[in-house]
Amino acid sequence: MIPEIGHFSLIVALFIAVCLGVLPIIGAARNNAVLMAIARPLAYGQFLFLVIALGCLTYAFVANDFSVLYVAQHSNSQLPVIYRISAVWGGHEGSLLLWAFILGGWTLAVAIYSRHLPDEMVARVLGVMGFVAIGFLLFMLLTSNPFDRLLPAAADGRDLNPLLQDPGLVIHPPMLYMGYVGFSVAFAFALAALLGGKLDTTWARWSRPWTTVAWVFMTLGIALGSWWAYYELGWGGWWFWDPVENASLMPWLLGTALIHSLAVTEKRGAFKSWTVLLAIAAFSLSLLGTFLVRSGVLTSVHSFAADPKRGIFILSFLVVVIGVSLLLFAWRAPKVGLGGKFDILSRESLLLSNNVLLSVAAASVFIGTLYPLFMDALGFGKLSVGPPYFHAVFVPLMVPMILMMGLGPLARWKKIGGLELAKRVRWAFLSALLIALLLPFAMGMWTAMIALGLLLAFWIIATMLLNLRERLLGRNDFLQRVRNQSLSYYGMQLAHLGVAVFIIGVTLVKGYETERDVRMDIGDTVSAGGYVFRFDGVREIEGPNYIGGRGHVTVTRNGQAVTELYPEKRQYNVSGMPMTEAAIRTGLLRDLYVSLGEPIPGSNGAWAVRIYIKPFVDWVWAGCVLMALGGILAISDRRYRIHSKRSGAQLDTALEEKTA
Amino acid sequence: MMRFILPFVVFVVLAVFLFKGLNLNPREVPSPLIGKPAPGFVLPQLHEPQQNFSPADMKGKVWLLNVWASWCVSCREEHPVLMDLAQQNIVPIYGLDYKDNPVEAQRWLQRGGDPYVLSVTDTEGRIGIDYGVYGVPETYVIDEQGVIRYKQIGPVTPDNLREKILPMVAELQAK
Repeated sequence: MIPEIGHFSLIVALFIAVCLGVLPIIGAARNNAVLMAIARPLAYGQFLFLVIALGCLTYAFVANDFSVLYVAQHSNSQLPVIYRISAVWGGHEGSLLLWAFILGGWTLAVAIYSRHLPDEMVARVLGVMGFVAIGFLLFMLLTSNPFDRLLPAAADGRDLNPLLQDPGLVIHPPMLYMGYVGFSVAFAFALAALLGGKLDTTWARWSRPWTTVAWVFMTLGIALGSWWAYYELGWGGWWFWDPVENASLMPWLLGTALIHSLAVTEKRGAFKSWTVLLAIAAFSLSLLGTFLVRSGVLTSVHSFAADPKRGIFILSFLVVVIGVSLLLFAWRAPKVGLGGKFDILSRESLLLSNNVLLSVAAASVFIGTLYPLFMDALGFGKLSVGPPYFHAVFVPLMVPMILMMGLGPLARWKKIGGLELAKRVRWAFLSALLIALLLPFAMGMWTAMIALGLLLAFWIIATMLLNLRERLLGRNDFLQRVRNQSLSYYGMQLAHLGVAVFIIGVTLVKGYETERDVRMDIGDTVSAGGYVFRFDGVREIEGPNYIGGRGHVTVTRNGQAVTELYPEKRQYNVSGMPMTEAAIRTGLLRDLYVSLGEPIPGSNGAWAVRIYIKPFVDWVWAGCVLMALGGILAISDRRYRIHSKRSGAQLDTALEEKTA
Repeated sequence: MMRFILPFVVFVVLAVFLFKGLNLNPREVPSPLIGKPAPGFVLPQLHEPQQNFSPADMKGKVWLLNVWASWCVSCREEHPVLMDLAQQNIVPIYGLDYKDNPVEAQRWLQRGGDPYVLSVTDTEGRIGIDYGVYGVPETYVIDEQGVIRYKQIGPVTPDNLREKILPMVAELQAK
C-alpha cells in the first residue's frame, strides 16, 4: 500500500509540474495576474507530494519491503538502518527521485524567498523550474519507477554495493545534487530574464546568492567524494579524472566563472550576455553529467546500469531544455547591449580573462571526457584518455589564471595603469618567489613543479595580505575600517585563501609522498619517512553484513609510540565483493595511511601491506572547505537580505560608491 | 547575430554525437570475434621484455586474457576480484597491458598484487585494435583451440564471474 501511495504522489507531482511549467509562463507573457499568482501554491504543492514520495520509498527501505523491486535490488535485511536510508539514493531510480525532490526543494525555496521580486519574474523563474521538473518526473514514471513491485516478493535483497556502505557516501550524493540542481535556479533566472527581455543589474543581484549557495554545496559535494575515494578505494589517490568525476568538475568550473561574471554584471553592468550563457551552460553541464552517468555512453566506476531506452529519453530531454534555452539566447541576447565600458587593463578585463580560462578549462575537461565517444562515433575505434592528458592541459591553464586571481582584487574597475599595478605588487611577487625557491630546499627536495605550485599559492596569499593592508591600515581607526569592509569582501578573500591552501596541499602531497608496498610477516617492521611501522598480524572479524580481517599496525617514531592503525579487508556476505578499508592517522602536516593488500599464500600470516605517508594531503580538502566557507560568508552579506522592492535603487547607488 | 547562434550550433553537433554514442553502447555491443580464433600476436613480456609471449603458446589450455592498464580506474575496481580468482587456481589469467608505460604498469602490479601468470605489453595499442578493445578493462575466455568463446566488456565482478565466466570455463575444461 505504502509504495502505491508513493507512486501516486509522483503522478500528482508530475501534474503539478506540468501546470507550473506552463501556466505561470503564459501568465507572465499575457500579464495575467491570476495565472502568475498560482506559481507559488503550485511550487508548495509539488514539494509536498515529492516529500510524500521520498518518505514512502524511505519507509519501504527501512521496513525491508522486498516486494518493491528497487528495494530488493539495493538493500538487504542485514544492512544497518543508516545504510538502508542512504540506499534510497544508492541506485538509478532512487537517485532520480532524490534529484526531483531536491529540485522541488529549490523551487520551494525560491517561492518562499522571492517576496521582493516582481510577480512576472517569480512566475517565469518558478515556471522554468517546473518545466525542468516535468522532464525528470516523466523520466522516472516512464522508464525508472522506484516503486515498481516485484511479485512474488524476494525473500531477501541483493544488498547495497559495498563501496556505498560508508558514512561519506551517505551525504556525498545529496550534497552534490544540491549543487547540480541548485544551478537550475541561476538557469531559471537567466531564462526568465531572456523571456522578459530585461537583463539588468538587479537580475544579476537576484541570481547571485542562489548561484553561490549552489556552488558552495557543489564544492563540498566534490570534496566529500574525493575524500571518500581517498580512504575507501585503498589506493591513496584523491582524484582520478574518471568521467563521472569530470562530470561534476565541469559545472563547478563554469559555476565558479558564473559567480565572478555575475559580480561584474551586478556592479558594472558588463558581460551580460556572457553571464547568461554561463548560467545556461553550467546547468546544461549538470544535466549532461546526469546523462553521462545513466546512459552507459562512457564506462566509469560510478555508472548505473545502462539502458538505451533511458539514454534516449534523457538525451531527448536534454536536447529540448538546452536547445530551447540556447535558441532563446540567440534570439534575445543581441538586444541586451554591452553595458559598462572598460579598459584593456582593469578589474573587468582581469575577471573576463579568468572567466575565459575557467571556461577553456571546463571545455578541455569536456573534450578529454568525451573524446573516446567522438572518436568512436567517427569510426576511429575506441580510445581512452588518461590522467596524462588532463595534467598536460590543466596546469598550463591554471598558472595564468592563478596569477590573475592575485591581481583581480587589487585592480580598480574601468581602468588601471599597468606600471602602477606592477609597482604595487612587486614586493608581494618577490616574497612569493623567494618562498617558492627556498621552501623546497627546507623540505628536502627541490623540483620545478613544487616551486611553481608554491609560487602560485604564496602569490595568492601575498597579494591577499597586500590587499588587506591597503584596505585596513591607514590614518583612520583600524577597527572602524575592519567593520567597513563588507562580508562579501571577506568571503572572497577566504575563498581565495582556500584556493591557496588547496594548491599547497596538491603540490606537497604530489612532491613529497612516500609509499612502500611490502610483504610483511607478523612482527616485521618497515620504516618510511622517519616512522617505523610494525605489523602485528591480522585477526578475523565479523561485521553486521560482512566477514573479514582486521590488521594491527603499530607506528613509532624514534622509539616513541605514535599511533595504532587497524586497516581492514572485508568480504561482504551477499555480493561476495572484497573491500579494502584503509586505516588513516590524519594530521595537519601529514597522513599516515596503511591498507591491506592480499594475504600471502603459504605463509604464516604474512600480508602484502601498503604504507603511504601523505604530507599535507588534508590541505586539499581543507582548501575546499575554506572556499565553501568563503561562499557562505559572501551570501551572508547585508545587501542580499533585502526586505522590500523599494531598497533596490538606493542600494545600487550606495554600492557603486562603495566599490568604486 | 551570428555569434549568438553559435552556442546553439555547437550544441546541435554535440547532440548528434551523443545520439550516435547511445547506439555505440560500450557494454552492449557483442564482439564479432566470438567463435573466431583469437588474433595472433607476439609481444614482449612485461617483467622480462627479452622474452615474448604469443597466444599460440596456449594451445590446449583454457585461459583468460585480461586487458588492463595502470591508468585505468575501473581496473582498480576489478583488481581484487582477479586476485581472488588467481588464488583459486581454476584458470590461468594472462594480462595484456594496454597503451601503458611499463614502469608504471610494474609499479601498479607491485602495489596491488599480480594476478597474472604473465603480462605482455601492447604499448602502441595495435593488438588492442585486432581484438576490438572497446575500453579497458576487458576479459576474453579463450578455449583449447585458441577460439574466443566469451568477452566481458568492463570490469569483471563477482556476479558475472559466477554466472558467466566460471561456468563457461568449467564447460570448456570438461571437453
